[in-house]
Amino acid sequence: MLDKIQEFASEFFVTGDPLILGAQVSIAIAMVAIVFVLTYFRKWVWLWREWLTTVDHKRIGIMYIICSILMLFRGGVDALLMRLQLAVPNAEFLHPEHYNQIFTTHGVIMILFMAMPLMFGLFNVIMPLQIGARDVAYPFLNALSFWLFFFGAMLFNVSFIIGGSPDAGWLAYPPLSGLEHSPGVGQNFYIWGIQISGIGSLATGINFIVTILKMRAPGMTLMKMPMFTWSVFSSCIIIIFAFPILTVTLALLFLDRFLGAHFFTLDGGGNPMMYINLIWMWGHPEVYIVILPAFGIFSEIVATFSKKTLFGYKSMVFAMLIISVLSFFTWVHHFFTMGSGADVNVFFAITTMAIAIPTGAKVFNWLFTMYRGRIKFTTPMLWTIAFIPCFVIGGMTGVLLSVAPADFQFHNSYFLIAHFHQVLIGGVAFGYFAGLYYWWPKMFGFKLNEHLGKWAFWLWNIGFYVCFMPQYFLGLDGMTRRVSTYDFDMGWGSLNMVSTVGGFLMGIGFIFQVWQIAYSIKHHEKDVTGDPWDGRTLEWSIPSPAPVYNFAVTPHVEHVDDWWETKQKRAAAGAAKEPRPVYEPIHMPKNSAIPFVKSALWFFVGFGFVWDWMWMAIPALIGVGICMLARSFTYDDDYYIQVDEIERTEAALRGVKA
Amino acid sequence: MQQTKRTLRRALPMLLLLAGVLLLSACGEQPMVLDPKGPIASDQKDLILISSLLCAVILFPVLGLTAYIVWKYREREGSTAAYEPHFSHSTKLELIWWGIPILIIIILAAVTARYTYALEPTKPIESEKKAITIQATSLDWKWLFTYPEQGIATVNYLQIPEDVPVKFELTSDAPMNSFWIPQLGGQMYTMSGMGMTLFLQADHEGRYYGSGANFSGEYFGDMKFFVDVKPQSQFDAWVQEVKASPEKLTNDSYEKLAEKGTSPVVLYSSFPEGLFQRIVTKYAPGGHAHGQHNEPTPQSKTDPVQQPLPDAKEDHTQGGSTGTDHSGHTGH
Repeated sequence: MLDKIQEFASEFFVTGDPLILGAQVSIAIAMVAIVFVLTYFRKWVWLWREWLTTVDHKRIGIMYIICSILMLFRGGVDALLMRLQLAVPNAEFLHPEHYNQIFTTHGVIMILFMAMPLMFGLFNVIMPLQIGARDVAYPFLNALSFWLFFFGAMLFNVSFIIGGSPDAGWLAYPPLSGLEHSPGVGQNFYIWGIQISGIGSLATGINFIVTILKMRAPGMTLMKMPMFTWSVFSSCIIIIFAFPILTVTLALLFLDRFLGAHFFTLDGGGNPMMYINLIWMWGHPEVYIVILPAFGIFSEIVATFSKKTLFGYKSMVFAMLIISVLSFFTWVHHFFTMGSGADVNVFFAITTMAIAIPTGAKVFNWLFTMYRGRIKFTTPMLWTIAFIPCFVIGGMTGVLLSVAPADFQFHNSYFLIAHFHQVLIGGVAFGYFAGLYYWWPKMFGFKLNEHLGKWAFWLWNIGFYVCFMPQYFLGLDGMTRRVSTYDFDMGWGSLNMVSTVGGFLMGIGFIFQVWQIAYSIKHHEKDVTGDPWDGRTLEWSIPSPAPVYNFAVTPHVEHVDDWWETKQKRAAAGAAKEPRPVYEPIHMPKNSAIPFVKSALWFFVGFGFVWDWMWMAIPALIGVGICMLARSFTYDDDYYIQVDEIERTEAALRGVKA
Repeated sequence: MQQTKRTLRRALPMLLLLAGVLLLSACGEQPMVLDPKGPIASDQKDLILISSLLCAVILFPVLGLTAYIVWKYREREGSTAAYEPHFSHSTKLELIWWGIPILIIIILAAVTARYTYALEPTKPIESEKKAITIQATSLDWKWLFTYPEQGIATVNYLQIPEDVPVKFELTSDAPMNSFWIPQLGGQMYTMSGMGMTLFLQADHEGRYYGSGANFSGEYFGDMKFFVDVKPQSQFDAWVQEVKASPEKLTNDSYEKLAEKGTSPVVLYSSFPEGLFQRIVTKYAPGGHAHGQHNEPTPQSKTDPVQQPLPDAKEDHTQGGSTGTDHSGHTGH
């Protein structure tokens, strides 16, 4: 009996690695600490009522952001471990198997569990405020999306300490990810973790498209929407077309592994190349899903801190939409070397290059927004300005990679690694950081400390170039991605060392950001204006943080940058007092426990399938079904906020101001 | 706090300087891709330079413009720079920055198309000398090279004659990998059930680095090899030497070799006839892969100009249709 338990435990828990043991211990301690703190301060009910069951888009957004920062930490630690292993030739810090797990989880976490939730967090917190809405179109679905993401991410992350991490690369190409070559549970965790959170992402895409189309304040025509809202729109268009492909692809891979199907196997008529095509049909649009909102953020920030209207609004909108269409026609450039023939390669080379045109036009539009403006170097603006050269260089190396015959020399090398990190860090991460700094006061009612923020900015920026510029040279010198070590006589040692130093500079930058957040919370300097940056769009017209109903009175929109125009008008009119607003009862959605419970059940469904434990998966699936039924019969899902309560809230919020 | 800041501020330029020095010292030698030793790699280098140049035409003006605008229009006391808060549209400017990239992309697209057809990997390299064929099979985690014309096989080592086109036939008997010798030319995937063709040629004697560029599992990082390029006479002598070596690759020893694990360099005086074709057609039901684009026979994937080798063809029909083991056939 004891033997059996021991045997099971040794298979169930990842054992034998001091690094992982350390992580297991620290996770256990952290969990005990969290439970203790919640109990000690009697916060369980508060946590349940205010957060776990909330359907408020602002709170959901904040939860997304917290998760993504935690994931940034984990993905970043993965990155630094890899950089340590590669710093010197013939290093034996990480065993190849462990190294493979780390680069796999680094990739998955950074894209799917860091960039995506940070993006969704900003969507949630800001976008409804920008269009003058009270919430998203489907608040319940929104909560469900978040919790599906959360439990999917949890499922993926537990593989680190339970069962073993996936190690077949972030896109898990079969046959390597098939049962024959990856018999462990790691790939199951990969499939189910991504699958569960991916369904959440798809639902968010639908939710935000409907929100934008149906929930805009009166007067806000599509061509008066703020640019960030446009970027959310174009990103969501890609989501709703791309994510079903991911869902199906992973489902087929699961069937291969679980039921012995032959979609992607070598024998029995399967075809691994089909998987590679399918996964990149999602995977390439995916990078545009995350970059377009960054473009939107930059557009908002550059206009605000140049004190100028965004240059070329129409061409910006057109550029974004054309990118979202073109992004679906470039996937083959990820495998030019598969031998599809010259015709296919030429086609996909040219479609890829073509994306550079609208992207380039956007860069010029940002530059000319600053032209004849008054540029203020706040932290959000610094990230925006730093983004431009970084992204332009990264974009250019992308164009180089798109030249198919040359790609035969770049493919799978560190040149490629340097390129996509440059666009993903220099574009996406810089963009989301900028957005986080910019909208932080709107979320929490106080600004982040600018001084520490500038330290973080410079460390990240210098660290970035020190880390990734050498990798272009390493790639040209034949160093291939994913190798866990290299010989001394390859001559790659010194550049790798430089790169590692750069990686750690970024790590220190991250520590500064955490310090900055902690410091700013402690020295809480409340922003009483609701508009600390002298903003241009509607989210700045309401108090910070926004009350639960967002807008006490639904605004009427007349212009692009409506809030800016309103402020101008008020300034021109002098100190004339605003007419007292007339409040009406506000219709709001009620909190619900179902999204949390249902997603938690999905976690057990996933966990059951990962281990082939039907006794767990089937009851959990039934539970999911019950949750759906329960929701279908919930009629009492809304309420009204009465006028007197609105008056009280507004007086409290705006009273401080007066 | 103040103290640490000062130290950091001093340390930062030093670190940057150090980084710069290291970077320069590492760039003393030409990186492999920019130091080609054969016609394919050489063309690819030209293409890289042409496309870099075209990109630079946009890149440097944009960087300059960014610096200029950010500097000139920064907010400061008594700024004399113009301020036009509503200057947000100009058809002329928009036409310029849509037009110039379009023009450059058209040029680049034309160049790319030309080179893509010229450098199509299945296209034989023009030469007075007849191409030799080498079959490369990626295994977990080593490379098996078979020389059907010479009847020898090697593991993790290649030798090829100088100035002679080499027709590499590529496949895999393990998860997908990629065959890459940077100084001779770009890479090509090796995939199970597929026979790919890649023509390369070395113009200069020397020893070049090659690797399995695509991740294929635990020890894929050990799938590297050297290619020795020798004059024809020395190559011939080497072939004779290998032929005299006692080690033979048999079907049994191939099975052992194909098992998961790394391998040192091994030279085999012979190998089972048609081994490569059997690996390629291993998954084709009954050897008839027609109508299934995913598992073509080697003939359908190789270049039509290049006739399949007679012995290979014969063996394919045998091995493919019966799927039996030809343990009796060794060497030539």
